[in-house]
Amino acid sequence: MRFDWSAVGAFLPTFAKGLLVTLQALVLGSLIAFALGLVWALAQRSPLKAVRWPVTAFTEFVRNTPLLVQLFFLFYVMPEWGLTLSALATGVIGLGLHYSTYTAEVYRSGIDGVPAGQWEAAIALSLPRRRTWTAVILPQAIRRVVPALGNYVIAMLKDSPLLFAIGVLEMLGEARQFSSQTFQTVEPYTVVGVAFIALAYPASLLLRALERRLVR
Amino acid sequence: MSADRSTPNTPPAAGGAASSGGPAPAGDTELIRFDAVTKRFGAHTVLDALDMKVYSGKHVTLIGPSGSGKTTILRLLMTLLKPDEGTITLGGRYLTHEEKGGKLVPASDRYSREVRKNIGMVFQQFNLFPNMKVLRNLTEAPVHVLGLDKDAAEERARELLELVGLTAHLDKYPSQLSGGQQQRVAIARALAMRPQVLLLDEVTSALDPELVAGVLDLLRDIARSTDITMLCVTHEMTFARDISDCVMMFDAGRVIEFGPPEQLFTDPVHDRTREFLSAVR
Amino acid sequence: MSDLTWGLWELLISGVWVTVQLTVYSAALAAAVAFGIGLARTHRRWVVRFLSGAYFEIFRGTSALILMFWMFFVLPMGFGWQLVPMWAAVLTLGLTYGAYGSEVVRGAIAAVPAAQREAGVALSFSPGQQLRKIVLPQAWPGMVPPFNNLLIELLKGTALVSILGVGDLAFGASLVRNATAHSAPVYTIILVLYFVLAFVLTRGMRAVERHAKAGVGQAPGRRSPLRLRSGPSGPAVTGTAAPAEGDAR
Repeated sequence: MRFDWSAVGAFLPTFAKGLLVTLQALVLGSLIAFALGLVWALAQRSPLKAVRWPVTAFTEFVRNTPLLVQLFFLFYVMPEWGLTLSALATGVIGLGLHYSTYTAEVYRSGIDGVPAGQWEAAIALSLPRRRTWTAVILPQAIRRVVPALGNYVIAMLKDSPLLFAIGVLEMLGEARQFSSQTFQTVEPYTVVGVAFIALAYPASLLLRALERRLVR
Repeated sequence: MSADRSTPNTPPAAGGAASSGGPAPAGDTELIRFDAVTKRFGAHTVLDALDMKVYSGKHVTLIGPSGSGKTTILRLLMTLLKPDEGTITLGGRYLTHEEKGGKLVPASDRYSREVRKNIGMVFQQFNLFPNMKVLRNLTEAPVHVLGLDKDAAEERARELLELVGLTAHLDKYPSQLSGGQQQRVAIARALAMRPQVLLLDEVTSALDPELVAGVLDLLRDIARSTDITMLCVTHEMTFARDISDCVMMFDAGRVIEFGPPEQLFTDPVHDRTREFLSAVR
Repeated sequence: MSDLTWGLWELLISGVWVTVQLTVYSAALAAAVAFGIGLARTHRRWVVRFLSGAYFEIFRGTSALILMFWMFFVLPMGFGWQLVPMWAAVLTLGLTYGAYGSEVVRGAIAAVPAAQREAGVALSFSPGQQLRKIVLPQAWPGMVPPFNNLLIELLKGTALVSILGVGDLAFGASLVRNATAHSAPVYTIILVLYFVLAFVLTRGMRAVERHAKAGVGQAPGRRSPLRLRSGPSGPAVTGTAAPAEGDAR
């Protein structure tokens, strides 16, 4: 097996561009997933059936169908509805939306994990509903779900190459382009593969350390 | 003296004529009133058409075997539970119902929050907010419920922490305190709301034995020095005898006997009371 | 939806068939890997534990799509043998989801009380007998719900093969989209078809769960009819997040 180190060197500049796009997509996608997931989780606890039921059905549907097809859906269907976004923006929305249905479950279990006594104490002090959520329940719930949320950031990282399918030039997209221009296949795909492990493994070690500190 | 439901004209009236010896002038006004309150959990009836009154400023202890409905009364008053039948009033205002167009309807969240501002509660498991330091546990509700400004709330909090002897710990998180200290913070937190009524739900049951005395001494002190109406569920009979104006004996969802502690503890009328007292001693 | 001709429907249906095949083959491989690696991770010898642990960390850290590309493009260049896209996909999905599954197996085995093994020792069972007769039967019911979650993740993962040009359900979508004027109907149909497949898998796994729990005298847990899964577990990333959702306790 020949491994051409000069091809690695030639690939590095475009790889760096791709890495930047991957990280952009990851950060923005995570922000959407964290925010939207919380919205779903709260809506699923709504006293109104008309809110609870459709939100549960929607999140179940999104969670149990492939991200790739959802990306195609957003990429081809949104323009038909008169909304044309860049490939990256579409990808970020798709990634964030898909993973928001996972983070919703994480928040849900975090909220369920706050002891009943905390709700009772808030009632005994007559705290308004909104204040109970923002000052008592959510700070405790989010603290205990930080490691789980982190897990989904890593999962999102590993799904980010899917954005290449709608034309985003992230790491895999750059590798594909490089290999079609230079006919060097082994090196770019290997570099990208190693890059993912190099990003994901330390991140998961960090999370495990964090988990030990946060979860008593 | 038996307060059986078959004699509806004499609902147990804690701190009424039975304890007229005391000088408490506040004791003339009726503060809490249960009218035919029934509470069921599934097929099990915990409170069976209970009638009861508590006069302002009195200290009432609820005793009885577990499952007899004592804690349910406190939880109904705190609106942690809703009665299946009957009404509860506090100072003449309905607690879990409100009058709309001459009809009694279940209270809105906002209405019952308004009424229950006058009630404070201390829990068996303390239920301090672990994400807030001690001082903020005490200021959170005064600021966001009573609308006090932050400085005034902190000043009140410091006074209360001095009362409970924890001034040195105001900058700690609850998890850094012992159980007894946490419970004293919880008492201070309830008092910070200046409640008319303080509910104490087995406040020493979760404490290590050596920490119980400190908490009970604090409560004796509060009972002596304030005119807060207290409803207390406890298994500490000596404490009950010390602070109570009236003791109510519960069994199977009914008040089977009530009276001043010196009478009820030494010369109970009911066999069940006698059995219970000899069992807990 | 009116411009979807019978021919195009046929395309989608053959896509469903390819997706089902991919799922079945990959799941079979993943199950073998999950038990092999999962058991190896509880082995007495540290070398076995180390190697299986390394396998787990590597495949868990890898993106499935990258691995698939690597298997398809790099393997033939480097080693001189070409994989059919379908098998590159099955190998990738099987090895990757097998790694996730090994964590489920390891966790469920660790959740069986040590006293049960000790009882096996006391009865002079061999280590293999302890595993087959005592540990695995008790661990199995706890594995089924997380396996269901992984199976749905695997089903979703099969859509990746369309990027390599395998004619699965997702690939059918792009063909149909080119043939019709509108994208919305075909992608909606595709998503619904995937959801139906996930639903069918869940029903099947629930039957397995009932059977498994009955085998250790437990009643099946109740779930909301709206929900396809138990708990928030997706692809497990850190090893400490117990995948067995308390069912194994």
